[in-house]
Amino acid sequence: MKFLDEYQNSELATKLAHRIANHSTKPIRLMEFCGGHTHAIMRHGIRQLVPATVEMRAGPGCPVCVTATTDLDKAIALAWLPNVTITTFGDMMRVPGSYSSLQRTKAEGADVRVVYSTIDAMEIARENPKKSVIFIGIGFETTAPTIAASIIKAQQGGIENFHVLSCLKLTPPVMKALLDSGEVKLDGIICPGHVSVIIGSRPYEFIPADYGVACVISGFEPIDILLCVGKLVEQIEAGQPKVEIAYRRGVKPQGNRKALELMGEVFQIDGANWRGIGIVPQSGLKINQKYEHFDAAKVFSGLLRCARNDKPVREPKGCRCGDILRGVATPFECHLFGKVCTPEKPVGPCMVSSEGACAAYYQYGSPESSGKI
Amino acid sequence: MPKVMCLAIPMRIASIEGDEAEAEVGGVVRRVSIALTPEAKVGEYVLLHTGYAIGVIDEAEAKETLKLLEEIASFSEIS
Ligand code: SF4
Repeated sequence: MKFLDEYQNSELATKLAHRIANHSTKPIRLMEFCGGHTHAIMRHGIRQLVPATVEMRAGPGCPVCVTATTDLDKAIALAWLPNVTITTFGDMMRVPGSYSSLQRTKAEGADVRVVYSTIDAMEIARENPKKSVIFIGIGFETTAPTIAASIIKAQQGGIENFHVLSCLKLTPPVMKALLDSGEVKLDGIICPGHVSVIIGSRPYEFIPADYGVACVISGFEPIDILLCVGKLVEQIEAGQPKVEIAYRRGVKPQGNRKALELMGEVFQIDGANWRGIGIVPQSGLKINQKYEHFDAAKVFSGLLRCARNDKPVREPKGCRCGDILRGVATPFECHLFGKVCTPEKPVGPCMVSSEGACAAYYQYGSPESSGKI
Repeated sequence: MPKVMCLAIPMRIASIEGDEAEAEVGGVVRRVSIALTPEAKVGEYVLLHTGYAIGVIDEAEAKETLKLLEEIASFSEIS
């Protein structure tokens, strides 16, 4: 397939890896922010292809994983309200909330449906005018404009029974929070490709400037990632950290103007609650006043308060997803990994989601496995 | 369709009707929204994410990258 196959050549990957090895003299630690990158890195054995001087850590870029347990509890409480249909991306179904999951809630009789797109959720709303159709809006800047576009479309089409529970999160503010915490020392960040298609390269500029950490935006094929790692190593070796784009066929410095405009029309910046990290100021998007009749958190706030009965939030016992999302630990360091916790019987969200680090490490990696494309 | 949410796959725009388009990859045709990429033209490739084209692939930049990769490949052969 065009724009995919040419970035999967294993001979070229080996050459790129050799080049990286030739340039790399000192040990460095890189974080891949995006769960899609973690997945690709494990699948193509890139941790083994790069020289031993380059350590790679997964970050908080798995939208399902960073959704706070309390937000999931809210989604489940909404599902039990009369005349409500919950629509969600499939990965959310099995994520454990404090007391249940959306999948269990569905099995127990609530109307919960998996959709591929907000367009499908809107269609369900159009076909079921007597129901309130709530979309569980998880994701980063990649997904936020698609949700904004659907809210605008629902407004134009007069689909008033369509609502969104916004759990949307923003990338640069959480990068700042991780760097400020100082818990994990990083030399470079593999910046997310499709978040950057939307926001461009400029919002990362404070990272090299204020923290001296190199930033390179990467695509998702093995050659893309190796090109990115090569650029990071070069910057770090030269002691000249900056923001670079190694995914130029997709990312422009200014991002996607139209998408940013629609996001600005529908959302306003707000604090957001991240699993394992907590509340990070200015790191989320909520629906603004103009579109508040689409905001499930507003429209159902009274009912939600009664339904939730203020039961305390509980996290899965022994699960280290929080540490993994902060880059403090790798999945191999969780005692439950692969023994108690597997993709068939996941304990935490990092094993449920196909973008979760635990799922990727379980599926493709043993600490010893060797690299191949 | 990709299970991984933050992935977006390159699809070729086959036809456009308002803010919707038919896009094709590997023989599969899908209806997609181009509300976020009004500049997309028939024949161009877009990155599809959850039913929306989120960006148009820049062919010239893709060619540049491939040229660079070719150089790397031939250079390492000599060394
Ligand atoms: S292996 Fe399972 S229990 Fe351990 S951190 Fe990952 S998801 Fe949580």
